[in-house]
Amino acid sequence: MQFDTPATTNPIDRMKVVGKPIHRIDGQSKTTGRAKYAYEWHDADIAYAYGYPVGSAIAKGRITSMDTSAAKAAPGVLAVVTTLDVGDLKKGQFNTASLFGGSQIQHYHQAIAVVVAETFEQARSAASLIKVDYAEEQGVFDLEVAAEKAVKPDESQQPDSAAGDFDAAFRAAPVTLDARYATPDQSHAMMEPHASIAAWNGDEVTLWTSSQMIDWWRGDFAQTLGIDKEKVHLMSPFIGGGFGGKLFLRVDAVLAAFGAKACGCPVKVALPRPFIANNTTHRPATLQRIRIGAERDGKITAIGHESWSGNLPDGSLETAVMQTRLLYAGENRMTAMRLAALDLPEGNAMRAPGEAPGLMALEIAIDEMAEKLGIDPIEFRIINDTQVDPENPERPFSHRDLIGCLKLGAERFGWDARKAPAARREGNWMIGVGVAAAFRNNLVLPSGARVRLGSDGIVTVETDMTDIGTGSYTIIAQTAAEMMGVNIDKVAVQLGDSRFPVSAGSGGQFGANSSTSGVYAACIKLREAVARKLGFNSADVVFEDGNVRSGNRTVPLAEAAGADGLVGEDTMTWGDLTETHQQSTFGGHFVEVGVDVATGETRIRRMLAVCAAGRILNPITARSQMIGAMTMGAGGALSEELAVDTRRGFFVNHDLAGYEIAVHADIPHQEVIFMDETDPYSSPMKAKGVGELGLCGVAAAIANAIYNATGVRVRDYPITLDKLIGGLPDVA
Amino acid sequence: MNYKTEVSFTVNGEEQLLNVDNRTTLLDALREHLHLTGTKKGCDHGQCGACTVLVDGRRINACLTLAVMHEGDNITTIEGLGAPGDLHPMQAAFVKHDGFQCGYCTPGQICSSVAVLEEIKANIPSHATSDLTQQTKVSDAEIRERMSGNLCRCGAYSNILDAIVEVAEARP
Amino acid sequence: MKAFTYERASTAEAAAQAAAKNPGAKFIAGGTNLLDLMKLEIETPQHLIDVNGTGLDKIEAIPEGGLRIGAMVRNTDLAANETVRRDYGLLSRALVAGASGQLRNKATTAGNLLQRTRCPYFYDPNQPCNKRQAGSGCSAIGGVTRQLGVIGTSEACIATHPSDMAVAMRALDAEVETVKSDGSTRSIPMADFHRLPGDTPHIETVLEDGEFITAVVLPKPVGGKQIYRKVRDRASYAFALVSVAAVIQPDGRGRVAVGGVAPKPWRMEAAEAELAKGARATSGILLEGARPTDDNRFKIDLVERTLGAVIAEARG
Repeated sequence: MQFDTPATTNPIDRMKVVGKPIHRIDGQSKTTGRAKYAYEWHDADIAYAYGYPVGSAIAKGRITSMDTSAAKAAPGVLAVVTTLDVGDLKKGQFNTASLFGGSQIQHYHQAIAVVVAETFEQARSAASLIKVDYAEEQGVFDLEVAAEKAVKPDESQQPDSAAGDFDAAFRAAPVTLDARYATPDQSHAMMEPHASIAAWNGDEVTLWTSSQMIDWWRGDFAQTLGIDKEKVHLMSPFIGGGFGGKLFLRVDAVLAAFGAKACGCPVKVALPRPFIANNTTHRPATLQRIRIGAERDGKITAIGHESWSGNLPDGSLETAVMQTRLLYAGENRMTAMRLAALDLPEGNAMRAPGEAPGLMALEIAIDEMAEKLGIDPIEFRIINDTQVDPENPERPFSHRDLIGCLKLGAERFGWDARKAPAARREGNWMIGVGVAAAFRNNLVLPSGARVRLGSDGIVTVETDMTDIGTGSYTIIAQTAAEMMGVNIDKVAVQLGDSRFPVSAGSGGQFGANSSTSGVYAACIKLREAVARKLGFNSADVVFEDGNVRSGNRTVPLAEAAGADGLVGEDTMTWGDLTETHQQSTFGGHFVEVGVDVATGETRIRRMLAVCAAGRILNPITARSQMIGAMTMGAGGALSEELAVDTRRGFFVNHDLAGYEIAVHADIPHQEVIFMDETDPYSSPMKAKGVGELGLCGVAAAIANAIYNATGVRVRDYPITLDKLIGGLPDVA
Repeated sequence: MNYKTEVSFTVNGEEQLLNVDNRTTLLDALREHLHLTGTKKGCDHGQCGACTVLVDGRRINACLTLAVMHEGDNITTIEGLGAPGDLHPMQAAFVKHDGFQCGYCTPGQICSSVAVLEEIKANIPSHATSDLTQQTKVSDAEIRERMSGNLCRCGAYSNILDAIVEVAEARP
Repeated sequence: MKAFTYERASTAEAAAQAAAKNPGAKFIAGGTNLLDLMKLEIETPQHLIDVNGTGLDKIEAIPEGGLRIGAMVRNTDLAANETVRRDYGLLSRALVAGASGQLRNKATTAGNLLQRTRCPYFYDPNQPCNKRQAGSGCSAIGGVTRQLGVIGTSEACIATHPSDMAVAMRALDAEVETVKSDGSTRSIPMADFHRLPGDTPHIETVLEDGEFITAVVLPKPVGGKQIYRKVRDRASYAFALVSVAAVIQPDGRGRVAVGGVAPKPWRMEAAEAELAKGARATSGILLEGARPTDDNRFKIDLVERTLGAVIAEARG
């Protein structure tokens, strides 16, 4: 089914199941420990061997020799496979750095060997016996230095945009801001380490893994191993978090496959936690410059946003200016992104790539500009709202209610009680509030599904869609239940298996809307099959209460299915509505912080997000996506930073003690409000994504609250106490 | 030189006798030997809490203790707290309040939650306890502080708190 | 993790003797730091002596005043002990400021004192580290040093001691009791227990090979307002950037030990003489001669500010 005209009334609009606060259908299996993640597949008849990876000890250079004799002779060792043994491998389409193979070292902890042994303890111990000689080369690891030689990447990355005459308008503006911001490298730090089990059967391989994108992985896994994609069966029904870190094939899968081939038995490999930050991908650091010019009445006349980020050669940009092309009005505009060559590990997508760091800067800049103008920051945003793409004014937003979010949020949060900077004190706490806009585009990808109606009346959905904690199982069940007119307990959902139709997968907050649209399309096919079988005219058929009805004839679905059951399969594809109409999601983040007047420690006291994101398919799981992202944003604002050793070229704090994500004690009660809306341009579901929206802008709201609390403006994340105490009142 | 040791302990009410490599952590004994994979390995270094289990009623990180150090101990894992269709009240509260997303830290969060309420009852103080000389009481701040050894990257903390508070309030 | 043999010791003397018989042996109690380091092969004992069964898990009042804390007393139990809460609140506060509930349930009193630095270069076996491998060089100097030491450090090592408990113990003038394999015992003041790195940062305490900690003894209660203030980036489950353990008497005199800044709990009796003058005077002497890096220079200011807050809190 192609979605190419705005949705009209359809069965989803009944909202009997869709939109209801239904608890996760996989909740019991997850809370009782019965859900099986990648490393946990176990067949009692199979002896699994354990693979342990070895990573490069240098950041850049070449391996000149490897001595594996001691490792091979160690107790229990079944095989050792080195990067030299396998030689140069074809890289996956979605990988920037080579995962394995050949003598070149592109980054620290790049995988260079796997040791396979009968037990985990034996494999880990033997791995340390491999001796490696390197020819080390000097690398470039400091973004500030490399940025001076940054280049404009090719047009496919859309590095530049412009409208009007930015320079002239900025020069002429009576009120201007010209400020620089920095965001650090960040780590996905999902709780389940990357893990895989590979089992060969002749020339076919089965891979249990932890993947957000089954089909991308399947293709890149086959390409890296040099085998036919059809020979790969990949399964990933439960994923312990991804946040972009499991979008693309990772080396645990490759090492498990080579290890399994070498030892002739299934091999399981998990990446050790201290290995993950440097071996896998991360969100690249950015340096940003924002210039805003406005009339004294607050109308923006010029807005410019530049960003510099680094990556390995052939790597991509961190697209931190993208939201600035769309978020605020202003006739004269420019954005530019430049890419610096760095020899750090591969930078790649992490939750809300682009917008997350971009809004960390932009939404501070807006706060600063509002202050310069003497206008409330919410009012300033309202003044500069736009209902059209400001670079292409003939292109409207499909639906945009940023103003509604900000106004409702202000009312619920008690925004009008905000005081001047450093004016509110409770004991040792300096209290402040901050606001920021949330903005993230609504992306859609083709998504397929197969829906079976069994003779027992059970509707079974099969799609290679993944549930990374997002609630895919539940919203897909709701969609199928709504479409087929059955209770949700009559729906079974099977995900994450490459034998099922290719779906959108999970990423870019495109998963929920795209995958449920795919299920919608498949259900339409199934409904037609049911009608056809019963000889009903499919136009006037109603699916309700477990029955199918046409005129005065009602047939239970189980009966309609017959002994063999019925199947519907289809893929939702997308027309040009995303081109004719800008589709985005919006929100307002409101935060109250306390900053300890003596130590500068910031603690968050209140958080509220108001979101406009189309139809909310399930308010429970959508809320969880929002609060989860707000929590990630709290870490991003206050503590998360992969610290770069610019001499030796690696992320130093590469474990969960050194890389500080937020803990329970950092997070207050969080409020989330969803605007009651639908967007018929987005899909037949009329939904949009929320998975990344919650992260967009929240760190800036915290930064602005810290400024309001203390009067100290920090433009360099994370906002740790050392950046504040110099500006706090004397206490000694 | 003997690098293996025989050890017996009880897991979820069942007597287990293992002959393990001395290096085997309690976590790997549970996951790889007994196939009780509900207890998760998030970091293997005591930095995340996903491996939290109850040993003689106390919560510990199963990754930072050797199986051979648990001779005669009574171990409860997430599988021992409840099963689908027969949930422990804390498991039910987590489902009700959506106190998880990906589910990977969840068994550890739940085991920890159960122990936290016992610790408060037993008057064990925490960093959030305002007066060391008074009986400790359940509060949001106490629960948040005591749960801080259980990381959740999906960020379900606010919902987890709601789940624990509900169970705490329902207790006699 | 290297393979090792394993035995259980049932008395302190047996533990010390077992250590003497097995060169390269280590005692294991809670295991929360040792196993962490063994997995990374930063610690590679060939033999482990499990000392959890030594019966040293009691907290006993000393007739002439004071408290003897068995080496195996868990951090949780020590923090929860009624006498400790009443008379040595500083210690209770320091304990619950550290680690997590799970870790405190395993971690022991002796093990806490013996825990090793959290310097990230120490923790990464690919990086040179004089503490991990004597003479290999210090890769932290000139690197990422925000968490590292500002005083008591050397050209060979700028690591800090990560314990919270030890800072309180130092302020309370605790003593460490040990037994050696020949059965002889001694008592080591906390002030002398940890060594400064000098050019031998791999030697961290004055304990001899195989010497076994049996107890930590607290002298008679000192009264006063007892405050442990830990400053860190996230609100819990993080190591201190700076911590201040203070006992402030009604007359303004008192004791101050600082954590997060040095290779051992940092206390200068000369600085305490300035307490009545305030935080600036006190921390000025306490941190005299500090050699911070650009990354951790803020700790100098932070100690002063935190101490200022502590003094203000003590004065009510």
